[in-house]
Amino acid sequence: MTAALFSADDISISFGGIRAVDGVSFDVQTGEVFSIIGPNGAGKTTIFNLISRIYQPTSGRLAFGGQDITTIPPHRIAGLGIARTFQNIELFTEATLLQNLLIGCHCRSGTGLISQLCFLPRTRREEIRHREKAEEVIAFLNLQRYRQSLIANLPYGVRKIVELGRALCTEPRLLLLDEPSSGLNVPETEEMGFWIDDIRRDLGVTIIMVEHDMNLVRSVSDRVMALNFGKVLALGTAADVQADPEVIRAYIGNAP
Amino acid sequence: MRYVVFLLVLLVIPVFAGEFYVGELGAVFIFAVVGIAQMLLTGYTGLISLCHAAFLGLGAYTAAILLAMGVPFLLTIVAAAVVAGLAGTLIGLPTLRMSGLYLAIATLSFGSIIATVLAKWDRVTGGWSGFIVPTPVVLGHALGGPVWLYYMSLAALLFVLWMSLNILRSPIGRAMIAIRDSEISAQSMGIHLSRSKVTAFAISAGMAGLAGAFYAQYVRALTPDAFDLLISIQFITIIFVGGLGSLHGAIIGAVFVRLLPQAIALLRDDLPFGLGRMPGLEPGLFGLVLVLVILVEPGGVYGRWQKIARYLAAFPLSRRSTSTRQRSFTRSERLR
Ligand SMILES: Nc1ncnc2c1ncn2[C@@H]1O[C@H](COP(=O)(O)OP(=O)(O)O)[C@@H](O)[C@H]1O
Ligand SMILES: [Mg+2]
Repeated sequence: MTAALFSADDISISFGGIRAVDGVSFDVQTGEVFSIIGPNGAGKTTIFNLISRIYQPTSGRLAFGGQDITTIPPHRIAGLGIARTFQNIELFTEATLLQNLLIGCHCRSGTGLISQLCFLPRTRREEIRHREKAEEVIAFLNLQRYRQSLIANLPYGVRKIVELGRALCTEPRLLLLDEPSSGLNVPETEEMGFWIDDIRRDLGVTIIMVEHDMNLVRSVSDRVMALNFGKVLALGTAADVQADPEVIRAYIGNAP
Repeated sequence: MRYVVFLLVLLVIPVFAGEFYVGELGAVFIFAVVGIAQMLLTGYTGLISLCHAAFLGLGAYTAAILLAMGVPFLLTIVAAAVVAGLAGTLIGLPTLRMSGLYLAIATLSFGSIIATVLAKWDRVTGGWSGFIVPTPVVLGHALGGPVWLYYMSLAALLFVLWMSLNILRSPIGRAMIAIRDSEISAQSMGIHLSRSKVTAFAISAGMAGLAGAFYAQYVRALTPDAFDLLISIQFITIIFVGGLGSLHGAIIGAVFVRLLPQAIALLRDDLPFGLGRMPGLEPGLFGLVLVLVILVEPGGVYGRWQKIARYLAAFPLSRRSTSTRQRSFTRSERLR
């Protein structure tokens, strides 16, 4: 196997005695869709927050593209090429869709304060570049008709796509999707599956996805990791993981 | 185009209007500058500040003291903005992890510290006996009087407006909006939270300081109590009445807050039943209007105006639900 694009090596974090993530290790290869499944509270979102550097792991190492990112500050993660979406949608709700996408371009901007205050040619050129990038994403995700809409006025399903678009504007190499289908109905979930396929195939972005909908997981993932109480239960193809007795027990044990 | 016409009207007003009104309009411009400053920090970045009067005061004293020392007028304006901007950085740094009420208290304390310093450091500031502001002299002309002040304040307003528009179409302005709406995703988009917040504080304070250089000319004699909490609250009022998150709102709010008391005073004599002789009429009515605006129209005067404009634009076809329809959808149970 070639060197992995991303690897987590024995990462752990506890919150007041609860080991939310407990010695988790996994590698993600370039071009792969890697899914993480598990019951609620298993620690899936926490893993994303560790990768985004919002939480500091108590032990373990994170590496991306051969670089150790365990101690990099959170605002530099996007610049390195890791973008994410959030389980409960964290868009900028009082801004327009276009503004949201342009904020996604933020990590690619580099003009100084004075240049921005006076809107010097350098900033102007950069703005044009960002706008082109945003338009590209708008066209890619078919969001033209909502370009100038306030996020607060958009339906939930569209917001999910906008969040995807905002992540794409950062020009990521690795995309973290936290429950892309949560809150979506069946056709919308299918559509989300197509977008994920497109992003992988057309843009060549590697994806780590947390997801509950097993149909979606089966249809887009190369490999699946099952998690419970912060520990890895199984890792393999979707079929293997679903057939794993430990995984079945975890799901039945958590069923209401 | 509308703005050009509006500007032309503003340019010729002093030709027709009386000196008193010209002076008051000049004060409206100065307040609008501080309103914009407050709007950038509170309305766009989501950081409350109860010390913008202190920034205004720092600018006013800096400019006045330097003028008295014979420094050229233009330089004193720059110095006023820089001194206030540095003060903004100073208050911005320790309050990085604060928000809401805590930030309000911290900035309030900072404001009263500044007021105390201005009062106690009387060798330089004149303390409670006040500081007489010299009339600026540019190229041998003394720029005194309300008409000059009117044009200078208008120029300052246009300058600050231009800069704010640049900010809002640049990464820095979008970073401010991002921080206001979601810190966690702002961070994940590559925005350096603390640096952006301090920058917002510095820019906002700097603009308020710049306004101070002109405000000094307006009041002519500076005393520490001209820059206390009450004035800071006026600036907060400006952005709430005008409508949070819009530059239009800051300017409309300034017009409102500066001119409403004057209008009430003018109307006083004509009120029936001896109402006009009631003490406390102005602050009372003022508070009433403020409460009404906040209760009835959270989008402020500008938000209401936009709704009216939308209604007129679609006139025979518009329906009551136009602006509420989509919101109710997002409020449905799909959000959970
Ligand atoms: N900031 C936090 N403070 C305390 N506990 C947390 C925090 N974040 C996550 N946890 C706990 O970690 C566990 C895993 O949560 P999470 O990763 O959100 O689960 P999920 O797999 O459903 O996404 C839960 O028990 C949760 O309560
Ligand atoms: Mg989760």
